[in-house]
Amino acid sequence: MSLTQRIEALDRRWIFLLMLFSMSFPLIVHIRLPVRTSPEARGFYESIEALHAGDVVYLASDYDPGGKAELEPMLLAVLDHLFRKDVKIVGATLWPAGSPLLERAYKTVAPKYNKTYGVDYVHLGFKEGKENVMVQLGKSIREVFPVDYYGTKLDSLPLMHSGFNGNPIDKLGDTKLLVNISIGYPGTKEWVQQVRGRFQMKMISGCAAVSAPEYFPYVQSGQLSGLLGGLAGAAEYEQLIGRPGWGVTGMAAQSLSHVTIVLLILVGNFVYFWNRRKGAARS
Amino acid sequence: MNDPWIWIEAIMTLAILSYLYKDNPIYKAAEYLFVGVASGFYLSTYFQNVLVPNLFVPVWRGTSALFGPGTPAVTDLVRVTSLVLAIFMFMRFSPRGAWLSRWPLGALVGAYAGLAVIGLAQGDLIPQIDSNLLPLVAPGAWKTLAGAQGVAQGMAAFLGLFSNIVLIVGLLATLVYFFFSLEHRGFAGKTAKLGIYFLMISFGASYGFTVMARISLALDRLRFLFEDWLGIHISG
Amino acid sequence: MLRREIPIFLAVMVGWFMVGEFFFPWAEPGGTEVQQMAVIITAAGVILGVANVIRINLLKVSRRQKDWQYSIFLLVGLIVMGFLGTVLPIVHAAVKGGAWTLGSLNLVGITDGTVFDRLYNRIYVPLSATMYGLLAFYIASAAFRAFRVRSTEAALLAAAAIIVMIGRVPLGEKIWDGIPLLTDWIMNVPQLAAKRAILIGAALGGIATGLKILLGIERNFLGSD
Repeated sequence: MSLTQRIEALDRRWIFLLMLFSMSFPLIVHIRLPVRTSPEARGFYESIEALHAGDVVYLASDYDPGGKAELEPMLLAVLDHLFRKDVKIVGATLWPAGSPLLERAYKTVAPKYNKTYGVDYVHLGFKEGKENVMVQLGKSIREVFPVDYYGTKLDSLPLMHSGFNGNPIDKLGDTKLLVNISIGYPGTKEWVQQVRGRFQMKMISGCAAVSAPEYFPYVQSGQLSGLLGGLAGAAEYEQLIGRPGWGVTGMAAQSLSHVTIVLLILVGNFVYFWNRRKGAARS
Repeated sequence: MNDPWIWIEAIMTLAILSYLYKDNPIYKAAEYLFVGVASGFYLSTYFQNVLVPNLFVPVWRGTSALFGPGTPAVTDLVRVTSLVLAIFMFMRFSPRGAWLSRWPLGALVGAYAGLAVIGLAQGDLIPQIDSNLLPLVAPGAWKTLAGAQGVAQGMAAFLGLFSNIVLIVGLLATLVYFFFSLEHRGFAGKTAKLGIYFLMISFGASYGFTVMARISLALDRLRFLFEDWLGIHISG
Repeated sequence: MLRREIPIFLAVMVGWFMVGEFFFPWAEPGGTEVQQMAVIITAAGVILGVANVIRINLLKVSRRQKDWQYSIFLLVGLIVMGFLGTVLPIVHAAVKGGAWTLGSLNLVGITDGTVFDRLYNRIYVPLSATMYGLLAFYIASAAFRAFRVRSTEAALLAAAAIIVMIGRVPLGEKIWDGIPLLTDWIMNVPQLAAKRAILIGAALGGIATGLKILLGIERNFLGSD
């Protein structure tokens, strides 16, 4: 067997090992690269930056452990930005495994800014129903969530009974901005379809990189005021708010891994066509 | 590293990663455990977060008021219908009563169909067509080209001159490709071919983003193994 | 009639009610109740699915079918989580118990600081996240063994993929500051045009299917008799 034939027939476990090295080396050696900001990430940042102290946002944290890697850095950065600006947050999720993740994010960031549950932020928990829930939230939050994640009636939470300039937060329209962090269905697309147009809400979205390309039309049409795509999006946003975290840390490993994949595509094609040409020449 | 829960998490992670070497009993056991734990989690979450506050409490409140002191709220009594339909779902297990599960399914399908018609029309169709009605050259594009500094900015500004034309032509060409009741011959065939090229560019972009997503997922587990389990400093 | 006509009637009535609620504000309270009904039926459907998982795996263990030993892991995980999240809170509420703890963790409840939450974070989260993390290795393997540029279309796909992969990470700008700008243009122009066409096409298809259901023409959801 020639060298190129042996390369073409390479056991895939060697490729796994190569990927493991590409991902691990920059992490262990602490390589850091400066992150450039895309226009969509800047739109996301500026939408939150335009909020004032005392404004209330609705945070739709629609992801589960499968999306934690990409979306948790985004969520932590969003909470950091919102709490720093003294913006109040009403958070909920449409993914069953999403509630503990939102709770964990709140408990990580809120203490740094001395934020109090029920006054500065609320966790409504999970509700099944997908688009049905989205439309209902536009009419009445209490119909969907009679109690919060901890079983407390919403009216006993100061933020819910007088958070909107002294008035109750009754529906989505009582909030200034819809911040959606989502990984799939239900997620950004459904919020845009069911809520953005129907209730005229300003909306920004952080999503998994897999979904990001299909949401670019929503950014161009103005239906989304900003978009973060994947871990790179999280890195851009962390850099903008001046709080580099896992997003920025992971970019060097991400870069080297991407180069590895590109080289694998190029080498794979080279050996394939080379072997075919040699095979054709022999016959 | 001394925390037993970290060790449990590390064992779970390594059990799944062992599949990369080859399929093995440890991976299989972890896979089945995952399904079991996830199912139990879903059962508990749906029970506590949905059925109790949205069904059992209103129905209990309504029926208690109906047969006791006080006036029952109409919505609480109407919620009994939902309880009945929810019970009908479980008739799937009965060979003779399985047809009853079609009733709640019918209601569900109707609800989502109604929402889809409105959502797709006002959320996707009209805004997306509207935002592609563009001037052939974007306003300010010539000015941007004149003010561009350096090769990179110049290239971006030059491409920007054609952005709107490419958007319009690209959308129309791709829509022609999807129009399968028109034979793709002659001018229509050439337009559809152009549409395919646009689709290939978009699939390539999606592939690039998908690669990014998958690598991010693996990086997170590596971070846990290095930092939380082995104590090798990664972040910061 | 009970088996076909009534489900179709329900689908049509509920569907038109949802559409009508958008145009007639007076229908909102009724619409809210219909939406609550959909929420509850969906939740019941999920619990039905869990019940089915229990049924299938119990049968597997009792009949000693292939891989029945692994089903024991499944059933143990399911029973433990299900017991902690459903049975124990009911029992605790019924006996009006005080704090039931296991070490520093609460036994009752599903929020932070409970056994349920700890099992979620240390078993469910790593298993789920690592399952998805495996994909990074398989995408690399597929890139080497299956990604073949055999036509113009494939070449376009490969070129766009490579530019985007390099342009979206900091390394792209380090190589040449035009790469991220080119990536932005690709994402916001040709890529966007194709995705928009897919969105419009899917919207038209979805509206057509929705209307078929609302008119009672689409009956596949009933299954077979």
